[in-house]
Amino acid sequence: MAENKQSAEVVVSDVHKKIRAAFEVFDYELNNTVDAREISTIICSLGCFPSQADIHDFIAEVEEDQTGYVHLDKFLPAMTKVLLENKFPPIPEDRVLQAFEVLDKDNKGYLEAEELTKYLTQEGEVFNQKEMDEMLFAFSDPEKNVIHYKDLICQLTFDTGQ
Amino acid sequence: MGCGMGKSENQMKKSIRAALLIQRWYRQYVARLEMRRRCTWNIFQSIEYAGEQDQIKLYNFFGYLMDHFTPARNLISHIFRTNECCRDTEWESYFCYKSIQVPDSYPGPHLTFPMTFSGVSKLVEAFKHKQQLHARYVLQLLGETCRLLRILPNINCVSICHNKDITICGDLHGHLEDLLLIFYKNGLPSSEKPYVFNGDFVDRGKSSLEILLILFGFLMVYPNDVHINRGNHEDHIVNLRYGFTKEVLGKYRVHGKKILKLLQKIFSGLPLATVIDHKVLIVHGGISDMTDLNMISRVDRHKVKEAFSTVLRVFYNHYIKKILLAGFDQSYGEPKKSDSESDPESCETADEQEWKQVSDEKGSGSQLLFLETFNFKIVDMLWSDPMPQSGCIPNEVRGGGCYWGPDVTEKVLGRHNLHLLIRSHECKQEGYEFCHNLQVLTIFSASNYYEVGSNRGAYIRMGSDLVPHFSQYQASRTSRELTLRQSVSWTERSALQALRKQLFVHKSVLISAFQEFDPHNTGIISLSHWANATERVLNLALPWRVLRPQLVSSTHFGMVDYKQWIRELSIPEPKSEVRLAHILETMYKNHSNLETIFRIIDTDHSGLISFEEFRQTWKLLSSHLKTEISDESIADLAKSIDFNKDGSIDINEFMEAFRLVDLTAHT
Repeated sequence: MAENKQSAEVVVSDVHKKIRAAFEVFDYELNNTVDAREISTIICSLGCFPSQADIHDFIAEVEEDQTGYVHLDKFLPAMTKVLLENKFPPIPEDRVLQAFEVLDKDNKGYLEAEELTKYLTQEGEVFNQKEMDEMLFAFSDPEKNVIHYKDLICQLTFDTGQ
Repeated sequence: MGCGMGKSENQMKKSIRAALLIQRWYRQYVARLEMRRRCTWNIFQSIEYAGEQDQIKLYNFFGYLMDHFTPARNLISHIFRTNECCRDTEWESYFCYKSIQVPDSYPGPHLTFPMTFSGVSKLVEAFKHKQQLHARYVLQLLGETCRLLRILPNINCVSICHNKDITICGDLHGHLEDLLLIFYKNGLPSSEKPYVFNGDFVDRGKSSLEILLILFGFLMVYPNDVHINRGNHEDHIVNLRYGFTKEVLGKYRVHGKKILKLLQKIFSGLPLATVIDHKVLIVHGGISDMTDLNMISRVDRHKVKEAFSTVLRVFYNHYIKKILLAGFDQSYGEPKKSDSESDPESCETADEQEWKQVSDEKGSGSQLLFLETFNFKIVDMLWSDPMPQSGCIPNEVRGGGCYWGPDVTEKVLGRHNLHLLIRSHECKQEGYEFCHNLQVLTIFSASNYYEVGSNRGAYIRMGSDLVPHFSQYQASRTSRELTLRQSVSWTERSALQALRKQLFVHKSVLISAFQEFDPHNTGIISLSHWANATERVLNLALPWRVLRPQLVSSTHFGMVDYKQWIRELSIPEPKSEVRLAHILETMYKNHSNLETIFRIIDTDHSGLISFEEFRQTWKLLSSHLKTEISDESIADLAKSIDFNKDGSIDINEFMEAFRLVDLTAHT
């Protein structure tokens, strides 16, 4: 039992280090605070896949009363919990594929830019114009104006895999 | 409520769920890219500022030289001497362009004076097509500029007509493509389209001279509508280090020296700030708690020689104070004792005689003190940076100016009844950034400053309501802008390369630092220790733990084989014996300072220095750095490079021989 406790401590200490390292990147004034708007980037960089609602709730929990800032003292325990409990687990590739296939009603193997735009900017936690434009710009086939989602999934997984 | 409805409702729900998932997944990806981009940015900034810190080392070195009064001091004393040709008639004949013939075969633009709008637009077109202006026209244009600058005030006062907008641009740093992009988007300067250019037109980029010629051209055609502020890079000593001197000498092999000398005069004659409608202050660096615009507008900036070189600041600190307070107390060939006083030597150098004369004439040196305070105020305006904390502290990162806080902004703006301070000097990812409660605005116009894709450039348009509006852009060599993903990868690769270079030049210190964590000499240390040691040695404030995966690929169970890692960093060195290895490493570590020193020694800008000067510089540098460099190893160094047979060294060849091999050749 003692051994388990020790290794659990090591795990927690490692998690703390990772969180601190990511937090540091945005701590411009070197006073252990970051702008609340950077929180989503930090959470995602630690391998989590939160929804906008999740992020909103998390920030509400850790933000320093209306200042727009988050201090490490509150962030560290909250983020540690998230990581240890795997609150925002990664989305497996096949589920993403399934999602695209749901939208691709005619089973074409790709989605028209217009189609995808309609779904992503009107349903769910909508993309703003800038987000949509960037996605199309980066990943659509410029001639046919379509997105081959299987390729997209491969590319993104490759990019972020380490 | 029937089955039919249920089915399509179900379908809807599925679509929404699918969209939600895709959005969540994709946003995660973008966020991770953003993290990488931020880390990359940190790398570039740290290295840039560390490079500027290097400058402090250089200035310390000069200070050391001044203290030691060895004969080699004469190598650089000329930069502290006043301009040789300071009388107007002499100056006119020295810079005379009339004897320079333009051959019939010259394909570039011909200029007529006085400059006209069509003349300048012709110039812009010519530069767009990569033509080069003939030296005759360059000298003529610069000569006219010099004359015009004499009558411009230290602080430009501008008022905006209610139907016109004024455009404000920040650092350009030789990026002609950005200036052309601004002109394309916004229009050329004219009396209908006033502009303010806020300094740092030169260095780093490849077309610094072209930018200057264009801006000066417009200045001459529209002197009431085009306003130019001096930046900290409009300084010939800074130019020696950051590339402008090299650019001019490379483009104009015969007349480059004259052009540089004329530019030296022009730079010190540039106005220091612009004020719009008594409400908006535009200055390159910023302010300090001592900033007093009334005082600054009163002094004759043309009389102040070499004021902006912080080298001179060191010189003043060392030398002038001694004259003012204690008289001459140095003797030749011996290190000075700080509190000793000795009789002035009978044989003074020309410098000493001159300063003595000046201090006698001006009486008790109060004039010099006044100039000194003025110098510091100007250095503050051109070198300072804002900080989030209150107060005003010396800017040790840059080696000049200060860091000023929001309280100082309040105070200085209040003192002069101003609403907004617009400054440049710092690269911003989006091209602009507010701070200090929206009272300070940084504007930076050189896109892709660190690397392709690193940042946008921006400019400000402002109407009589004095509300700033921003336009952003990013110049790119391809017709398509880079996607977020491409620009992040590209910049990242570049940043990591730069970082690996830094690691490489510090390798022996790194190994010792690692060995401190490895008392049993196993060759292996933990990642934590690796990060710790690296941070300490490099002294770059970087998120090492986050960067670690990119820099150290071979780890087992969280441990690093540091010897192997160092080996991986190494590049093949030129054939050299062990004795040379040490000098080589010192060379790598100090190569940009070394190049600057060489160029200063090369007073006639010939690109050559004598072997003896080379040897002396090395000896001085090594004693200053407190490392041992023997005469033999210097001689070996000479042998390992093909020096010109006449006993002089081509600076460019020398620097090329030791250029670090492109590390991407390995990856």
